[in-house]
Amino acid sequence: MSETFYNEIINEHNLNPYHKHSLEDANFSLEGVNPSCGDDIILNLKVDENGIITDGAYEGDGCAISQASADIMLDLVIGRSKEEALRLADIFMRMIKEGISDEEKEELEEAGILESVSHMPARVKCAVLGWRTLTEMFGEE
Amino acid sequence: MTTADQRIREQFPLINTNSAIYLDNAATTQKPQCVLDAVNDYYVNHNANPMRGLYDLSMEATAAYEDARSAVCELIGAERPEEIVFTRNASESLNLIAYSYGLHNIKADDEIIVSVAEHHSNFLPWKNVADHTGAKVVYWDCEPDGSFDLNTLHGLINEHTRLIAITQVSNVLGRVNDIRAVSDMAHNAGAIIVCDGSQSVPHMKTDVKELDVDFFVFSGHKMYAPMGIGVLYGRYKLLDKMPPFLYGGEMIESVTKERVTYAEVPHKFEAGTVNAGGAVGLAAAIGFVKDLGYPLIEQREKELTKHTFDAMKEMKYISIIGAERAEDHMGIIAFKVEGVHPHDVTAIFSDEGICVRAGHHCAQPLHKHIGIMSSTRVSFGVYNTFEEADRFLEVLAGIRGRMGIH
Repeated sequence: MSETFYNEIINEHNLNPYHKHSLEDANFSLEGVNPSCGDDIILNLKVDENGIITDGAYEGDGCAISQASADIMLDLVIGRSKEEALRLADIFMRMIKEGISDEEKEELEEAGILESVSHMPARVKCAVLGWRTLTEMFGEE
Repeated sequence: MTTADQRIREQFPLINTNSAIYLDNAATTQKPQCVLDAVNDYYVNHNANPMRGLYDLSMEATAAYEDARSAVCELIGAERPEEIVFTRNASESLNLIAYSYGLHNIKADDEIIVSVAEHHSNFLPWKNVADHTGAKVVYWDCEPDGSFDLNTLHGLINEHTRLIAITQVSNVLGRVNDIRAVSDMAHNAGAIIVCDGSQSVPHMKTDVKELDVDFFVFSGHKMYAPMGIGVLYGRYKLLDKMPPFLYGGEMIESVTKERVTYAEVPHKFEAGTVNAGGAVGLAAAIGFVKDLGYPLIEQREKELTKHTFDAMKEMKYISIIGAERAEDHMGIIAFKVEGVHPHDVTAIFSDEGICVRAGHHCAQPLHKHIGIMSSTRVSFGVYNTFEEADRFLEVLAGIRGRMGIH
């Protein structure tokens, strides 16, 4: 970890999350928990009849990495199809766990800055919490 | 750094060679050279399976192991060495008591009082006993300052009370509890007391007779000994009546197809080949503590705690869990930084080469009682210095800024 890990982007998403609010007409909702940190989020998504994620939000508590990562994820997946969101979540998980190509990293846009978490084993669960919850949500359909 | 600091620090190889500032001593301590040498010497010069062989080496190994038992006996003021059972750690000691004493002496409708500040290892074994027997676990809550009110305990004790489980020093609050008073109340009610000394024995003189406890446990690795060696003290008359916990080698007198006679206390509880190297290391650690002396250890750690605590009190966005006075924090300060999650706090310390702990510290009921999810904890050992404390304080003061909070 470098001094720049808690950079402006992470801090901004943590302190002023755009997507941290309730979403009353969500049709997909799942709680994700990371017992080691005590991170706890509820992910809410609105998916239309064409399988497009038209809106999304999260609520909960946790460390800056878990919260910022969930916020960044929602920035990326809102407006995309479920399949596309699952594909991006898979790329994100692989980025943290084993590494990905530059092309794949570009697809993740801002989420690519979380790559350095792969060198922090204790924080991997925090970074993937939102993405894991999204994958479980659609995987259990 | 003072010459006293240097004299102590030069005995710890990791402290000398590693640049990290190690402030997680409540989790485990670093090991002095004398402990490492003792373990090495045991395996280089005296190793054989203790208690078994009739040859010289095995008798040497047996003597080394039993000498360690006597060293523990003397350290905590037990009546006789047979009252000392070696285990892997405090958790195993507590499980031994719960399985062997608890399951055979606690019945449906009995009550077990557990302080809310217990480490999970002095709570979950009792919950397990309650689940198996139909007994009830009753919580003794602490006051907002982390103290335990004996009047509250008085209100919890009744004719069903069989056992009270309490730590001498909480691994989060760091406050020394009045164990003797709890023992007296337990005994007046016909109950027994199980006391966890994991956070007290490394830092202060403890005497099981003065405390009048029935069972007392601690881990070697938190007091400069190797990992994998722990202690269970039990009153002889209690241990003698208890059935074995683990069954196997070296815990019997004789075995036939029809009949088993178990070994005497404490061997009855030490099935299988024992951790003689660990016990020898623990004896060396006791020697290290005695050479320095508890008064010096206490003084060093108290001064360091006060210095750190008083500076933290001046910081606007820091809240300390438990007592308002440094004197009530036995080398342990758990705290919150307003607006920053404890895991982020700890990650920033880690970035600066400072080892502190974040989480619920295996004391979730306590954190829930206080109304928080988790905290960050700094805990001192005898080798820590004012320079290290100041570096900790310097990083602490800059954490909110690092997280973009201005």
